[in-house]
Amino acid sequence: MKKTYQIEVDCANCANLMEEATKKTEGVADAVVNFMTQKMTVEFAEGQDPKAVMKAVLKNCKKVEDDCEIYL
Amino acid sequence: MTKKQKKMLYRILIAAVLFLIAKFAPLPMIVSTVLYFIAYLTIGYDILRKAFKGIRNHQVFDENFLMAVATIGAIALAIYEKSGDYDEAVAVMLFYQIGELFQSYAVGKSRRNITALMDIRPDYANIEHDGKLEQVDPDDVAVGTVIVVQPGEKIPIDGCVVEGTSTLNTAALTGESLPRDVMTGDEVISGCINMTGVMKVRTTKAFGESTVSKILELMENSSSHKSRSEAFISRFARVYTPAVCYSALALAILPPVVNLLIGNAAAWGVWVYRALTFLVISCPCALVISIPLSFFAGLGGAGHEGILIKGSNYLEALSKTKIVVFDKTGTLTQGVFEVTGVHHSPMEDHKLLEYAALAECASSHPISKSLQKACGVELDRSRVTNIEERSGRGVVATVDGHSVAAGNGKLMDELGIKWQECRSVGTIVHMAVDGEYAGHIVISDVVKSDARDAIAALNRAGVQKTVMLTGDIQKVADHVAQELGVDEVHAELLPGDKVAQLERLLGEKGKDDCLAFVGDGINDAPVLSRADIGIAMGAMGSDAAIEAADVVLMDDDPMKIAKGIQISRKCIRIVYENIVFSLAVKLTCLLLVAIGIANMWMGIFADVGVMVLAVLNAIRALRTSKN
Repeated sequence: MKKTYQIEVDCANCANLMEEATKKTEGVADAVVNFMTQKMTVEFAEGQDPKAVMKAVLKNCKKVEDDCEIYL
Repeated sequence: MTKKQKKMLYRILIAAVLFLIAKFAPLPMIVSTVLYFIAYLTIGYDILRKAFKGIRNHQVFDENFLMAVATIGAIALAIYEKSGDYDEAVAVMLFYQIGELFQSYAVGKSRRNITALMDIRPDYANIEHDGKLEQVDPDDVAVGTVIVVQPGEKIPIDGCVVEGTSTLNTAALTGESLPRDVMTGDEVISGCINMTGVMKVRTTKAFGESTVSKILELMENSSSHKSRSEAFISRFARVYTPAVCYSALALAILPPVVNLLIGNAAAWGVWVYRALTFLVISCPCALVISIPLSFFAGLGGAGHEGILIKGSNYLEALSKTKIVVFDKTGTLTQGVFEVTGVHHSPMEDHKLLEYAALAECASSHPISKSLQKACGVELDRSRVTNIEERSGRGVVATVDGHSVAAGNGKLMDELGIKWQECRSVGTIVHMAVDGEYAGHIVISDVVKSDARDAIAALNRAGVQKTVMLTGDIQKVADHVAQELGVDEVHAELLPGDKVAQLERLLGEKGKDDCLAFVGDGINDAPVLSRADIGIAMGAMGSDAAIEAADVVLMDDDPMKIAKGIQISRKCIRIVYENIVFSLAVKLTCLLLVAIGIANMWMGIFADVGVMVLAVLNAIRALRTSKN
């Protein structure tokens, strides 16, 4: 399952870092962070609850880039 | 400016004023030192906080860390050497923040500019309710609902006009400014702007399936397909920052140690200072911001021209196009066939046409449409049975109890019927009724008026070879090819042969060259997907074409192919300019710092200046020249 989220991030490198962090999160099959459209597309692994996974994603993203925001 | 940016602007102004007072006003040393510190904290507190958080989260090598270490180091050095030169640390932080502010402002602004170009999303749909218009979310409109579109509004959902006539502006979709007239019964496509009259439209699709949604989805996802240059940059940034940090560490420690060993003074201060300057220059932001921004601007500029490119990787491929292969029908020719003659028919001409039209009535091929049109009367489909399509040859069917065969010479040969060659140029439909040859119908396609110019423009744009593939007969193909100036032509191809021809051309081209196939998206999906870049034309409203192709031309103007190649070339050139320029400046500065020519001031100018120039250069990709 794929879902797209609105995000807010200031710099392009930070967006790359967010993408890396999201990909490494448990339950995420793949992720693309689009800095230009300020959107994040997350593909969840089979049988994962997007809400719970996204909470972890947000936490991991905050770790790499304190200023970022994901609108869940 | 956003609230965040405004706040940063105030911080920059306050810090700048404090900095200037501390530097130039005749104050006692202690007062200016305090002022420097206040200025430093005002401008840099968030950087310090982020750097600290980064270390705690094991994310050491980010630019906050670099700036924090460089400036704190500079302050420590000033204290250690008792020079009181705190201005450098404050200035570096100040310029860094100015650069960041500029970047965030410029990027935000160009982001909005580009998205405004693609702003075709309709906000609402009007539904008539007891004589009053009600605005609803287009997502909530069921298929088959009648919606009202007033002058000046966007058509929110694909549909069919049930009442009213009007003129539509399709510029947002196709880049074509010529208005289109519609009347009752016509299909209309979402995203067009209704210019003159009130229309009632019965929706034929849900909003999510409508053209406008498909296009928006395509555009928004397009920058997710990353190109090789983008991938290179993100890999590069991952290596570059740590590499510079370790070199800085080496620069701070090794030379003094060597100095000590060979018995000179260690000069720790000098080398630590140089190492700190290294850190200031090391931020990879100029690259990581300007490359995706260039691609995004290029995609946006192309989109504005009605050329939708599905990803930056395709933009990159498009710029390397050396061979362009065309499907003839609907691409170079209008695909509107007209019956121009009926020859050698033993029966009346209109009777033969009627048989032909009936036999072909199940086909959506343009030829069958032109037969139906020439026939002129409403066809009663119940008269036809046993329709059997023979791919690339024709149709065999039973009409009014007679067996009718309509197709090319191959079909006649297959059925063992002797047929007569036609001298006219055009598509010839040979007819056989009850196993007897019944003459042939000549159908000619009209070449698009600007197809010749389009081929010439492609050659000018650096395309080495143009090839035309067609299922049509050799004579017609040769005639068209000569008229248009196409280099190579292959005719009488079955759909499978087209793929084979394409494979051959793919094998012949150079390793770094790309081959583009241009088709109208009907019947050529396999070829579209096999080519390096599949370009679908006249795709407005055709979901299949939008799905199958990598580049979608919203209208059917062949000039847009050359235009697309030009846009992609310009964009790629800008990308390379930025890569080379940023790297060259940074490496030169690193070298100058290492041998002690440049100081921290120059370092920060190199960092911020390069980024500003790279961003400004990137935005150029948005502008597409008129030619």
